[in-house]
Amino acid sequence: MAAAEEAVKPVAGIDEGGGFDRRNTDWYIDKAVQGFVFLGGISAIVFIVGIFIFIGKEGLSFVFETLDLTEFFTSEYWEPSDEDEPEYGILALIAGTASVTGLAMIVAIPFSLGAAIYVGEFATGKTREALKVLIELLAAIPSVVWGFIGLVIMNPLIIQVFDVPVGLTVLNAGIILGLMAAPIMTSIAEDALKAVPDRYREAAEAMGATRWQVIYKVVLPAAKNGLLGAVLLGVGRGFGETMAVLMATGHAVNIPGSVFDSVRALTATIAAELGETAVGSDHYGALFTIGIFLFIITFIINLLADLVVRGVRKG
Amino acid sequence: MFEVSALNKSNERVEKLYRTLFLMMVVLLIAPVLIILSTLVVKGGSVLSFEFLFTNPTDGMTAGGIFPALVGTVWLVTVALLVSVPLGVAAAIYLNEYAGENWFTRFINIAIINLAGVPSIVHALFGVGAFVIFFGFGTSILAASLTLAIMTLPVVIVATRESLAAVPMAFREAMWNMGATRWQTIRRVVLPNAISGILTGVILEVSRTTGETAPIMFTGAAFFLPFLPESVFDQTMAMSLHLFVVSTQVPGVPEALPYGVALVLVAMVLVMNSISIAFRMYLRGKKKW
Repeated sequence: MAAAEEAVKPVAGIDEGGGFDRRNTDWYIDKAVQGFVFLGGISAIVFIVGIFIFIGKEGLSFVFETLDLTEFFTSEYWEPSDEDEPEYGILALIAGTASVTGLAMIVAIPFSLGAAIYVGEFATGKTREALKVLIELLAAIPSVVWGFIGLVIMNPLIIQVFDVPVGLTVLNAGIILGLMAAPIMTSIAEDALKAVPDRYREAAEAMGATRWQVIYKVVLPAAKNGLLGAVLLGVGRGFGETMAVLMATGHAVNIPGSVFDSVRALTATIAAELGETAVGSDHYGALFTIGIFLFIITFIINLLADLVVRGVRKG
Repeated sequence: MFEVSALNKSNERVEKLYRTLFLMMVVLLIAPVLIILSTLVVKGGSVLSFEFLFTNPTDGMTAGGIFPALVGTVWLVTVALLVSVPLGVAAAIYLNEYAGENWFTRFINIAIINLAGVPSIVHALFGVGAFVIFFGFGTSILAASLTLAIMTLPVVIVATRESLAAVPMAFREAMWNMGATRWQTIRRVVLPNAISGILTGVILEVSRTTGETAPIMFTGAAFFLPFLPESVFDQTMAMSLHLFVVSTQVPGVPEALPYGVALVLVAMVLVMNSISIAFRMYLRGKKKW
């Protein structure tokens, strides 16, 4: 017994009394690192709260002191630079964002879900890999480039094809945004299909179902929540898109009557006007108020998408 | 007994029909973009030259090159990476190696999802309110890069977390059995095995950061600066904003010039993404476990 004690004594971390004390240098380093990575871990929360606090700080005094909230949401006049009586109504801007996002989803939902089904269920081997890589690359094209495409390629094309005077319209921005959102939605939808266990497919195939029957009767119902999540994330993405809609919508405050009308989006308004407003002015406060509105809406959409997707994981 | 029945035949026809239908959808999704990209190459290719890449814009940005914008983008991306990579990797290590499955972790996950989902222009407002005004950095590379870093943080976190999770638990258990601390395990075993996966995430983030425009518009990127930035407190030009400026804000720009800018920007982004993807495939092929 005494010999054993003698033998372990030189080892760091064993104290005189024979008790076990782990607090050597490595232990302290370990604790320090744990603290550091914890800081990293909570950084996301800190930033989200920070975003809310800082845009709130710039916007809320305007909301409480000057703004008439009813007018803000129901007036279609956005005339912040009117010297006598500036008006801050975002109804037309909401209509602009909604119409563009809506059209984009009409374009993107069928194509992205269809593409996800092909890539995930029909395609095999090298074709599948190649398509996945291609779709991933398409998702990487920056939004300012999409806006540029809307401006110089889609614009003349729309004028020519539909014989209309302006090509920077809901149609243009909707198609651009649809093309932009589709690859991302495809990837998420494909993940949702992949999350359906193979044994479901095998069971159906063993019963003699064809591949389409397996997809239609088994895979799609099982992946339904994940697919809905993909659509929601696409909506959130369309809602928050800035540069592309700034460049392709025509940027005219207007409640659209058809897809050939120019509109202006919430995001684009901030992007176009923030540079020319004085810090602390009403106009500046109004732009931050739009920011708060956008933040809340996208927060809700993202939260919903997350809840829906998690629902499928649990079930 | 195993004859092909009428039902089999009709099933087969339906099967083929749907297969073709979905293939068409993929083609319709990809083809327009490929056509657009080739248009960029055809129209923008004519202005590309050594001079275009390495000289200043001249004549009110209607002629000359894009050098200050290229350099500015490198500045912005580098400073953003210096912030977001350590922070993102730390966050991923915490989430994968330390955090338990509880409400707090769930909270962090929701925050990460929302950080990725908040519109870029809202990040820009945050950058203005926090870094430009509150912390007093002014419109500078520092303010713009911090905004970009926060915006792209989820890219690093998600990629790092995935590659950490791919390291088998047995590796860690072996280390713990030898008496290693958590950090020793992470540093000697987990990180070395995950580092290449983390790197692909970082490359992806570089690509994302390069293309972002809205967050830097009011925080540090300038329309036109004839000189290069010297420190993080200077303003700078950037490729993404430069494309916006020459295609919408400057009168009398020759048609091909913005195509050239767009082509360089798209090329930068796609090349980095391709490297990231190729790297990932190479790693998957090499995996030992």
